[in-house]
Amino acid sequence: MKTVKTIGCQEALKHLLAYLDQEVGAGTQREMAHHLKVCRACFSRAEFERSLKTRLREVGRGTTRTSFEKRVNALFGQFDDEHEPDSP
Amino acid sequence: MFAEAARELPLKQVDERHVFEATVIGLLDQLFGAALRLAKNREDAEDLVAETVTKAWASRHSLKDQDKFRAWIFRILTNTFMSDRRKQAVRPQTAIVEPHRSDEEEAFSLFEQLHQPFLLWWGNPEKQFLNNLLAKDLELAVDALPESFRMAVILSDMEGFSYQEISRMLNVPVGTVRSRLARGRGLLQKALWEHAKDAGLIHGR
Repeated sequence: MKTVKTIGCQEALKHLLAYLDQEVGAGTQREMAHHLKVCRACFSRAEFERSLKTRLREVGRGTTRTSFEKRVNALFGQFDDEHEPDSP
Repeated sequence: MFAEAARELPLKQVDERHVFEATVIGLLDQLFGAALRLAKNREDAEDLVAETVTKAWASRHSLKDQDKFRAWIFRILTNTFMSDRRKQAVRPQTAIVEPHRSDEEEAFSLFEQLHQPFLLWWGNPEKQFLNNLLAKDLELAVDALPESFRMAVILSDMEGFSYQEISRMLNVPVGTVRSRLARGRGLLQKALWEHAKDAGLIHGR
């Protein structure tokens, strides 16, 4: 069984956002997971950052207008008229 | 209408167009959502997506792996946006200007602000704060970010791309992506905090 290095809150906060983005190496991943299990304050902070990211993700979904969907469909129609770049 | 037009085309071409069309339609809301936050208004966002789709079709043979279609077309979207911005600039720029660095921006944490002892909350302050924030508040805070930070926040937090993918899209090193994200997120949280104070969402003891 692998021993997980214990990190302090300062170190955990330094890596928190990259950890939530899944952008840390395996070792840091284990250290962070362990720290968040045992530290209530950092766990709450992580939950907050995660929730904020979720809200941002929801806001990022745009709703297209019917008129725009028609415009895009018309674009697809125009592609048929073009010559194939690799055709003889 | 399209099925009719497609009947007259060779089979390979029809299949290719149908796959392209279906993939773009599946991503249209995501492309438009990102374009809207980049361009900040619906009309320009629609033009940006239309230009992106046209360019993507024209350069479709440069995509070697269909699984990477999403990252590929988002790269076209961000490049088109940056190129259009350069054309519109009074003085032509070769690169997006990096705003002056401030450690305070980067270090700003909404969570810490919400846990100041003089604030009066019932229950869970973070949850209450997020529940009180409207989608419009978040949109305005993102729109107010400097362009280079806004792009990093949109591509990471809103679209979920990896740092490596963002680095390729923006043509900057991964370290720059990390730094822009850290600063963008700090500024975003600061703007949300200021807005919440102005809107009376936060009450002192």
